[in-house]
Amino acid sequence: MRRRFLPNPLIVLLAVTACGVAGAQETAPMTALDDSNILWTCLAAFLVFFMQAGFAFVEGGFTRAKNLSNILMKNLMDFSIGSLVFWAIGFGLMFGIGTGIFGMNSFFFDPSAQTADGTTLAAAAGQSVNFGWAFLIFQTVFAATAATIVSGAMAERTKFIGYLFYSVLITAIVYPIFGHWAWGSLFNGDQSQGFLERMGFADFAGSTVVHSIGAWCALAGAIVIGPRLGKYGKDGKPRAIPGHNMAMGALGVFILWLGWFGFNPGSTTAVGGGDLAKIAVNTNLAAAAGAVAAMAMSWMLFKKPDISMSLNGALAGLVAITAGCDAMTAGWSAVTGLIAGAVVVGSVLMFEKVRVDDPVGAISVHGVCGAWGTIAIGFFATESGLLFGYGPGQLVTQLIGVGIAFAWAFPMSLGIFYLIKVTVGLRVSPEEEVAGLDISEHGLPAYHGFILESGRGVATEPVPEAVLVPASSTAPDPAV
Amino acid sequence: MKLIIAIIQPARLESLKTELGKEGIRGLTVTDVQGAGRQKGHTEIYRGHEYQVSLVTKVKIEVAVEDSQIDTCVDAITRAARTGQEGRIGDGKIFIVPIEEVVRIRTGEVGAAAI
Repeated sequence: MRRRFLPNPLIVLLAVTACGVAGAQETAPMTALDDSNILWTCLAAFLVFFMQAGFAFVEGGFTRAKNLSNILMKNLMDFSIGSLVFWAIGFGLMFGIGTGIFGMNSFFFDPSAQTADGTTLAAAAGQSVNFGWAFLIFQTVFAATAATIVSGAMAERTKFIGYLFYSVLITAIVYPIFGHWAWGSLFNGDQSQGFLERMGFADFAGSTVVHSIGAWCALAGAIVIGPRLGKYGKDGKPRAIPGHNMAMGALGVFILWLGWFGFNPGSTTAVGGGDLAKIAVNTNLAAAAGAVAAMAMSWMLFKKPDISMSLNGALAGLVAITAGCDAMTAGWSAVTGLIAGAVVVGSVLMFEKVRVDDPVGAISVHGVCGAWGTIAIGFFATESGLLFGYGPGQLVTQLIGVGIAFAWAFPMSLGIFYLIKVTVGLRVSPEEEVAGLDISEHGLPAYHGFILESGRGVATEPVPEAVLVPASSTAPDPAV
Repeated sequence: MKLIIAIIQPARLESLKTELGKEGIRGLTVTDVQGAGRQKGHTEIYRGHEYQVSLVTKVKIEVAVEDSQIDTCVDAITRAARTGQEGRIGDGKIFIVPIEEVVRIRTGEVGAAAI
């Protein structure tokens, strides 16, 4: 998300003048490039929004039918709550001007709001008001992406009310504060720069800032809540709990893949120079390589090419290239994705072994592969990587950034989940878990109409006579 | 009157309908079922873990026939549902049970006329 910072001279000039002539800034003439940047940033934000549908479908498809309503509700609510909370609190902490550790203005963000010296928040940042709105919607869908990662890792056993509290806290505190350290300057420039970006930490679209942060929260959640009933046999060995709908899972991954064309190319938040095209190619190659690598790995390890692992592989490639998609060649992007696809399979098996039950592989996809993609910049980046003769400086900075992300998000969310556990409760009762969260938490299964409805208290009213008369009362087709 | 219940391989349902149709038998009820017999189950694999599926997927058909049709019906089912030259374990079974009475709901007819 490093917008190649080209503050529009017109707006800067205007901001300066506006300090003397209060109120005049609203007449800023927009250039065609400004308009295009706003359009592209908004279109990209809409694509990233659609990733919520992708997450809902991947998580729903990879888990059991009795918990589908619950997964859908969690995805709906982490986006809805996340949107409100990020606008009210998160955006200000992440991009506002403040203490150096977090921002202190721009709460309930309104780029047209007047500042003390008579200009607007946007103009004070060297931006147009409308770009401010575009930036807000783009950052909102990013925050919600980080939030929703946790839902899959804690699927099929989490108490709904506990999950709602967590959704508030990640979008209000955990995500924005780390975001400030790595991306703080994106709106207000140097006046709100975070210490990681000052060090030269590179994470273009958020392998670490968005994905790893979400996944380290997920790891904490999965540890605090414990594995699903029946995940481990009496011998302690992990058992298969097959997801109920691979068509749903695959559609979810395709939707996420599409959404990523907003996530990475959109993080230019600008069309100038056309960088978004190359970023799109890098993104696609990494995803493709990730899927192929995961298929090959699963084929070698399990003797069959595993569909859900291959789908995880595509996502692993996407997450990994998110950090370096602007800084690598197409070839090294593919290599980054390829390694991520192989790593994700091993990582899923490793977490299972240590009794971290993550039904959809979210911790491996977003956490481990997010960390890998961020570190990969230190090796493969054309203008700073070890392989291009630049020495270990960038690599060390990347490792520090990845380490700080973990050191911030993991203990923080361990605390949050523990707090939820001892207050409103984090896990449903074993009886509720066996019955399925659809019934116990929401009172309604996702799939209706496959069993006689009248026996379930549905449609017990007498059916109108007309409905009972068949359309055709002729004899059955003799062809059978 | 007999009720002929056959458990067959799902893939044989279409040819079974054809064979029964040739004998003029058109009324039948079909259900998706799972069960176990001499056929062993199979293993499935999900995210690297194999697990045993002991109940295999079958199709159950139910046909009511007059006594005179029993043999033709059973022959037709056997012809349609046997796989390969010799047949295989898992091709299924036919149960023949007596019917006490049959009533056609629309007209109230009973007995053979109602089949």
